[in-house]
Amino acid sequence: MNKWSDNRAWWLVMPVVLIVAFSAVIPLMTVVNYAFQDTFGNNEFYWAGLEWFRDILRSERFHGAMGRQFLFSFIILSIEIPLGIGIALAMPRKGFWVPFCLILMALPLLIPWNVVGTIWQIFGRIDIGLLGATLDSLGIDYNYTQNTIDAWVTLVVMDVWHWTSLVVLLCYAGLQSIPDAYYQAARIDGASKWATFRYIQLPKMNRVLLIAVLLRFMDSFMIYTEPFVVTGGGPGNDTTFLSIDLVQMAIGQFDLGPAAAMSLIYFLIILLFSWVFFTVMSYLDRAEN
Amino acid sequence: MAKIELNGLAHSYMPQVQEAQDFALKELNHVWEDGGAYALLGPSGCGKTTLLNIISGLLIPTHGEILFDGNAVTKKATEDRNIAQVFQFPVVYDTMSVYDNLAFPLRNRGVGASEVDGRVREIAELLELGDSLKNKASGLTADAKQKISLGRGLVRADVSAILFDEPLTVIDPHLKWQLRSQLKHLHKRFNYTMVYVTHDQTEALTFADKVVVMYDGAVVQMGTPEELFERPKHTFVGYFIGSPGMNVVPCHIDGDKAMVAGHAFSMEQGFSKVPEGASLEVGIRPEFLSLSRDGDGPAVSIQKVEDLGRFRVASVRLEDHEFKVMVGEDQEVPTDGARLIVDPTHVNLYANSHLVEEA
Repeated sequence: MNKWSDNRAWWLVMPVVLIVAFSAVIPLMTVVNYAFQDTFGNNEFYWAGLEWFRDILRSERFHGAMGRQFLFSFIILSIEIPLGIGIALAMPRKGFWVPFCLILMALPLLIPWNVVGTIWQIFGRIDIGLLGATLDSLGIDYNYTQNTIDAWVTLVVMDVWHWTSLVVLLCYAGLQSIPDAYYQAARIDGASKWATFRYIQLPKMNRVLLIAVLLRFMDSFMIYTEPFVVTGGGPGNDTTFLSIDLVQMAIGQFDLGPAAAMSLIYFLIILLFSWVFFTVMSYLDRAEN
Repeated sequence: MAKIELNGLAHSYMPQVQEAQDFALKELNHVWEDGGAYALLGPSGCGKTTLLNIISGLLIPTHGEILFDGNAVTKKATEDRNIAQVFQFPVVYDTMSVYDNLAFPLRNRGVGASEVDGRVREIAELLELGDSLKNKASGLTADAKQKISLGRGLVRADVSAILFDEPLTVIDPHLKWQLRSQLKHLHKRFNYTMVYVTHDQTEALTFADKVVVMYDGAVVQMGTPEELFERPKHTFVGYFIGSPGMNVVPCHIDGDKAMVAGHAFSMEQGFSKVPEGASLEVGIRPEFLSLSRDGDGPAVSIQKVEDLGRFRVASVRLEDHEFKVMVGEDQEVPTDGARLIVDPTHVNLYANSHLVEEA
């Protein structure tokens, strides 16, 4: 058979190539370019080698931001995953209330990030915010602009409010895929509620749970808008996460070299973790079958 | 093991019941003996599974009550009824080994480890699962999984009854025979009360001592395979059991004979009083009809002959009515001047689809 050659096919691929080039490849390569060079203005660049990477990896500022970032992701994962499973289990499996619950759950997911930030920024204010003023009038000392713990609690509660729904919806979808016969068999076998969860519901939710963990990890690790709007990274640098730090460095201080090096390190960390999650996921999947 | 009594049992899936048609299961009264093997046979949607789920407690009936050995269990939860049920599709606990799957119902009830071990190994041996006890249940084939489901049903020694809901649907034909005979063997050995739901007549007739035929939410007949074959209580039983099913044709009564298209079919066992104005039909199985050149039967025209291997089925026409006639391998089908010969001991009369009892 003759190989069909028709170069017009390239025209079909062109738009995608162009869009990807301008939206991803060229910007990424620009960042790579900055990461290895230094400039003193006038658009003149000098080779800097790995100097920026060395600086970033040794800087306490970066260590602090990364530590806070991991702590934040760890806290919200350890709250949102169990809470999401719990809510999904408590939701009705069928009937009149199902669409109501689903819409209620989907609502926080539909609100834009900066609006979520603004809502909580105002909600927590002690002068006019419902939460802040209420706590204040109850005599509880709460001030997220000055107290580190209060700032963290506010951000964590805000993230839980915003994103637990995602975990709930994924888990709920997993639960809905379990045929009735499994629950009936569990009752026949005299399984307790816990045993039903442990041996039927949890194994069937396995895959969606790993997807939920992966998505929530990546998203929380890249969080920017909400803490920027609520605390602006403060008090001090106590809620300055990696992305906030990065923006300060790149745009606030215009340190393009270190910022570019930091971007790459940040990107590699996320890539690494996603890869680890994915490998573990597919390994568990294979072990299962 | 227990005797199961069903008193005035009826069920509707609708919240407000208005008429008889709203009932998925129409009122029924039955006693199923301790240690009996019963098959619930009927087409899809006839209420078999509904009845099974009521017995196991997965459904609470709209009316009536269930007694196990004389104790009412109608309102009791499934887990308190001490019943085992095997479902149509295999249910296994994926993360557990085969051994743990089989042990699960016992462990949940706090049975000691050594007793669990004994029971599990015994059942695994009977179901030929002995070699795969350590394997994970999730990697097995559909029929091995269904064996595990069966095993979880059989592993408890003290169950009141074991219910099977079309358990061999996903099993390969050659394994069906094997599993069915294993079940029969287990039944004989442990004297379980077994209730087996199926829409496959062969399965029902080979498994059960008593077959309960259901149609449109009601039990139309309960009897031994012979009774169902020879004296179907309802034309549906006639159609449903046997292959091909019973010939059922409209008739009227003249003295002690049934008249079909002007020809008299005599009935040796006679019949009791026929209800006024009922629509009458005569039912004769193809096995009890034959074709001949001579004799005094009505002349029929042969429409077609199907060869089914060990026998042939001839479709013949008597004026407007069609009959199926079973013809043995070595018998001849007369091509012209055929007459229909009827065995008078196996002619049943039906009034409004129900059998008119013998005189």
